Amino acid sequence: MAFLELTNVSKGFGGPPVLSDINLSIGLGEFVAIVGYSGSGKTTLISLIAGLLRPTAGAITLDGQPITGPDPERGLVFQNYSLLPWLTVAENIALAVESVYPGKSPADQAEQVDRFIAMVRLAHARDRLPRDLSGGMRQRVAVARTLATLPRILLLDEPLSALDALTRASLQDEITQIRRTDNTTILLITNSVDEALLLADRVIPLTPGPGATLGESVTVNLPRPRDRKALNHDPEFKRLRALITNRLLGYRTGVKANVTRKLILPDILPEDLDAPRVNRPPRRPSEIREEVVALNS
Amino acid sequence: MKSFKLDWLLLPLIGFGVVLVVWAISSNTWATNLPSPAKTWESSREYVLSPFAKRGEMDQGILRFTWYSLILVAQGYGLALLVGTPIGFCLGLSKTFTKIFDPIIQILRPVSPLAWLPLGLVLFMNAGKEAGTYGALFTIAICAMWPTVLNTAVGVRAVPQDFLNVGRVLKLSRWKTLTKILIPATLPYMFTGFRLSLGIAWLAIVAAEMLTGRPGAGGFLWQEYNALIYEHIILSIITIGLVGFALDRLMSLLERRFKSI
Ligand SMILES: Nc1ncnc2c1ncn2[C@@H]1O[C@H](COP(=O)(O)OP(=O)(O)OP(=O)(O)O)[C@@H](O)[C@H]1O
Ligand SMILES: [Mg+2]
Repeated sequence: MAFLELTNVSKGFGGPPVLSDINLSIGLGEFVAIVGYSGSGKTTLISLIAGLLRPTAGAITLDGQPITGPDPERGLVFQNYSLLPWLTVAENIALAVESVYPGKSPADQAEQVDRFIAMVRLAHARDRLPRDLSGGMRQRVAVARTLATLPRILLLDEPLSALDALTRASLQDEITQIRRTDNTTILLITNSVDEALLLADRVIPLTPGPGATLGESVTVNLPRPRDRKALNHDPEFKRLRALITNRLLGYRTGVKANVTRKLILPDILPEDLDAPRVNRPPRRPSEIREEVVALNS
Repeated sequence: MKSFKLDWLLLPLIGFGVVLVVWAISSNTWATNLPSPAKTWESSREYVLSPFAKRGEMDQGILRFTWYSLILVAQGYGLALLVGTPIGFCLGLSKTFTKIFDPIIQILRPVSPLAWLPLGLVLFMNAGKEAGTYGALFTIAICAMWPTVLNTAVGVRAVPQDFLNVGRVLKLSRWKTLTKILIPATLPYMFTGFRLSLGIAWLAIVAAEMLTGRPGAGGFLWQEYNALIYEHIILSIITIGLVGFALDRLMSLLERRFKSI
């Protein structure tokens, strides 16, 4: 039996099921990435594994034990970081360490906190509040908080989606680094095929909801360490990227696709004609409308 | 700079001027028992210029009276927060608790201090000499409690699910969840409640002092009404208003300090 095992898991919130018939097994020490469209149920899936939600049907086991609720052994890094804004970097991490290792001496706890702050290179910011950190720094604190509890499996919910490309690349390297030193089992949720291929041993597409389910898994046989630049010219990488992208797109055919566009109605108030004409934001909320356009492909 | 002064100094002064004129005209025409502004100042001077003097139990400087009132309000208000905050937390945390107690809270909330005081006096009748003090404290506390109770409850319900999930994943103890997540996340709401409660406590003090005849800003007002010295009614009203305003400013400074987190 695999380390993490999901069998025929479904989850709904009263309406049509968000996830249906999910089957997933992850081996010990494996790094699996799940790629899916926005809103397809990725957070729902990872919350089920974290134990924050209960499945409507099916079973989830870790190391053979059924999952009944949240536990620090399954360390979750939240999509929106969820750092406690009233605690400093060190206090946020200390809260986790103290609560998971109450038996340790205060000195050992403090040492553990500092070790993980150093690991994400934030020693200079240890006494700052989250509001004084950049997005990338917050994300690193969130990762450090989870890693500091020494989880058996690391659950990453789109950890890098909200970051700019440069920060994203440097944090991808950091995840690779963590993975190389600790060999933790990792489940990464992402919306970027490139990111999944760069980091994971196996990539699984998630079909769009409602009733989303996991597609066929794709093994990534690219040698490590993987270099971002070299990878772009690697024929195997190109093949895998095309394969996964086409599968994800394939799920879309038959599904009617819409995009929502912001529409700003023309303003017919008398205006100062001498004023320079610039793209000004709408004046009244009623001026903002949304327009849904069907995509025909 | 010029328009700043105009807006913040001159315009409010116009407001005060208008009220003074209406007051002066009224006391000269239809409300002949109303002392004129000049007469009010004349007979209040002693109380304002030596604000801490003590000439007798009911003849003291106006700030000395205010001080007595503030002490009583502080005690009643403290009691209100001590009782109200935990009730608010229970309401926010438990649906069952809300279902049991919300209706009774909604019924008790609009009852005026004037109605609570006699009940307070009856409750503490056995306390003898201190019955008045206890009754007044009871009145202030029970009137001032509700904004704290309700705002705390709303605040607890508004704690973002994400923060609670952090606590769940880390398996925080109940105590740590309360002190590290629930209370800090609720603090801004609690302080809004605390500020509104202080306003009501200050409203209630006057009623309490009037009916118990305690020395204080409200007691002085009532005594001077009975002694037909109407100028001092106006002096008391102005004092009570200014003190209430100052308290509210002070609390909103505190409140903003916690909102910024
Ligand atoms: N607690 C809930 N109650 C009702 N519906 C929910 C709940 N949580 C999620 N959903 C619905 O489930 C669907 C999937 O949500 P989910 O957050 O899992 O998507 P996601 O793939 O993580 O999206 P994103 O890419 O934006 O993070 C959405 O349609 C959402 O409305
Ligand atoms: Mg999500």
